Amino acid sequence: MNKVFHVMYDDDDTLKDAASALVAKGIRVKDVFSPFPIHGIDPIIGVKRTRLGIAAFMFATTGTTLALLGMWYFMISDWPMNIGGKPSFSLIENLPAFIPVTFEFSVLCGAHGMAITYLLRNGTLPGMPASNPDPRSTDDKFIMEITTEQNAMSADEMEAAIKETPLFELSIKDYK
Amino acid sequence: MQKEAAIREPLILGEKSYKDITDDVVGPIQGAAPIGWKIMITISTIIAIYGVGSILYLLGTGIGVWGLNKTVGWAWDITNFVWWVGIGHAGTLISAVLLLFRQKWRMAINRSAEAMTIFAVIMAAIFPGIHMGRIWVSYWVLPLPNQFGSLWVNFNSPLLWDVFAISTYFSVSLVFWYIGLIPDFATIRDRMTKPLAKKIYGVLSFGWSGRAKHWNRFEEVSLVLAGIATPLVFSVHSIVSMDFATSVVPGWHTTIFPPYFVSGAVFSGFAMVQTLLLIMRKGMKLENYIHVKHVEYMNIVIIVTGSIVGVAYLTELFISWYSGVEYESYAFINRFSGPYSWSYWIMMTCNVISPQLFWFKKIRRSLIATFILSIVVNIGMWFERYVIIVTSIHRDYDPSSWGEFHPTSVDVGIFIGTLGIFFTLFLAFARFFPVLALNELKTILKTSGENYKKQQANH
Repeated sequence: MNKVFHVMYDDDDTLKDAASALVAKGIRVKDVFSPFPIHGIDPIIGVKRTRLGIAAFMFATTGTTLALLGMWYFMISDWPMNIGGKPSFSLIENLPAFIPVTFEFSVLCGAHGMAITYLLRNGTLPGMPASNPDPRSTDDKFIMEITTEQNAMSADEMEAAIKETPLFELSIKDYK
Repeated sequence: MQKEAAIREPLILGEKSYKDITDDVVGPIQGAAPIGWKIMITISTIIAIYGVGSILYLLGTGIGVWGLNKTVGWAWDITNFVWWVGIGHAGTLISAVLLLFRQKWRMAINRSAEAMTIFAVIMAAIFPGIHMGRIWVSYWVLPLPNQFGSLWVNFNSPLLWDVFAISTYFSVSLVFWYIGLIPDFATIRDRMTKPLAKKIYGVLSFGWSGRAKHWNRFEEVSLVLAGIATPLVFSVHSIVSMDFATSVVPGWHTTIFPPYFVSGAVFSGFAMVQTLLLIMRKGMKLENYIHVKHVEYMNIVIIVTGSIVGVAYLTELFISWYSGVEYESYAFINRFSGPYSWSYWIMMTCNVISPQLFWFKKIRRSLIATFILSIVVNIGMWFERYVIIVTSIHRDYDPSSWGEFHPTSVDVGIFIGTLGIFFTLFLAFARFFPVLALNELKTILKTSGENYKKQQANH
C-alpha cells in the first residue's frame, strides 16, 4: 500500500524552507499546491522552466508566414489591383502596406496558440475537476504532496522527517 | 525574500493577511447584492435597452436616420468608435506595460481595468459595424473566397488594417484577462457553499488546482502575453489614427497622428479607470487596496499623457502654418475660429489645461478632485475626436459643398445606449467576478503590505 502525505503550511516561506530541508534529507516532493506562485520553489522541488515561450515564438512565426503568404496571394498573385495609383507588382514593393496586418496576425497566432497550448498542457479546460487536496490551498494555505511511491524511504521515516518541519496540518492517505 | 524601501508608501493598507485579501474580494460576491448596485444596474439596463432599440431602428431604416450628409460622412459614429477604442487602451497598458516594468501598483487595478478594456472595445466595435448599414454583410471585411470575380479585400487600406487590429486586440485582451482570472475563479469555487454557484465557478475555473508546474507556466504565459500585448497596444491606436492620417484631407493628413492618438488613448483610458475605480472602491469597500497612492500614480500617467496630447495639439497648429500649405492652415484656422470653434475650445480646456492641475500634490491626491477631473478629461477626449473628424471634413476644397453636421436623436440615443451597455457589463463584472487580481496581490503582500513594512522597519 502506498501512502500520500499532504503537508499543509500557513506561509509560503515556511513551505519553501521545509521543502529545502526535506529535499536535503533525500525526500522527493511530488508537487506543491499554492494560492499564488511561490517564487523560488521550482528549483527546490525540481520543476523545470516551461518551454511555452518557445512554443509562442513558433506560433507567432507561423502567423507571420501565413499573413504574408495570404496577402501575396490575394493582392499580388490572384487578382492584382491598381488602387490609388499604388499598383501591386511584387510582395517586396508592397511590403510596407502589409506590415500592419502581418504584425497583427503574428500577435494573434502567437497569443492564442500559446494560450491554447498552456491550457491543454495544464489540463485546465472548462468542466475539468479540481485536483487540489484541500480547498484552503486556493485561499491562504500551502500544501506539499509527497508520496512513498517516489521515495525509497519508509513511510515512518518520512513521517518523522515531515513532522520536524513547522507544519500546520498533516494528512496521510493510502492509495493503490 | 525581496525587500522594498521602507519609505515607499505601502500598497496594501491595514493589518492584512492572505485570508483577509480573499475575504475582502470574495465576500461581496457571496453576500447579497447591495441596494446601490441594484439601482445602478437598473438604470444602466434601461439606458442599454434604449440604445439597442436605437440601433435596431437604425438597422431597420438605414444610415439616413443619422445626421450625416454628403459633406460630413463621418461624425458621431466614428467619434464614438475612436473614443471607445481609446478608453480601451488603459486596461492592457496597465496589465501589460506595467507588468514588464514590474510596477506592483498595477495589481490592484489591472483586473477591473482589463474588464473595462474588453467592454469598451465591444462598444467600439459596434460603431463601424452599424456604420456599414447592412450589418448582415459585415463578413465582407474578411478575405473570404467569393463569387464576385474573386474580389479580395484591400490589404493596402488602413480600414482593413483596423479590422485586423481591433479583432486581434479584443481577442488577445480577452485571453490575457481570462488566463489571469482562472486561479481567482478557483479561489471563489473553493469558498462557495451553494451548489449551483460552486458548479458555475468550477466550470469557469477550468479545474485549476494551483500546482507548482502550473504556476510556473502561468507566470511564463503572463510575461510572454504582456510582451506581445505591449506592442499590440501601441499598434492598435496607431492603426486607428492611420484611418485618418493616410487620407488627403487637410487636418487629417498628419504624420504625428500615431503617437498623438496613442497618448490620447492612454490619457482617456486612465481617466475612465479613475472614474470607475473611485466609485467601485467605495461601493465594494476596497479602500485598503486601491488607495490615494494608486490614484496618485494614475494621475501622474494622466499628466504625462495629457501633456503629450497638449504638445501634439500645438505642434499640429504650428506645422499647419509653417508648412505654407493654405488648405492645411485654413483647416486649423477654421478649427479654432469657425462654426465648430466651441468644440475646439472645450477640447483645449478639458485636455490641455485641466490635467495640468495635477501638478499640485493636493489635487493629485484628492479623490474628489480626481473624480471630477477624470470626467472632464473623458468629455474633452470625446470632443477631441469630434473636432478632428467633423471640423476637418465639413469644409472641403469646394465651398459650394460646405456643410454642417447636426446630430439626430438616433445619433445621441446610440451613443448614450453604448454607455448604458458598458456600465451594465461593468456592474455585472463587479458583482460576479473577482475585481482584484487575488493571486497577484498576495505575492506583493509581504513586500508592500503596511503591517509587513512596519515589521521590517522595526528590525
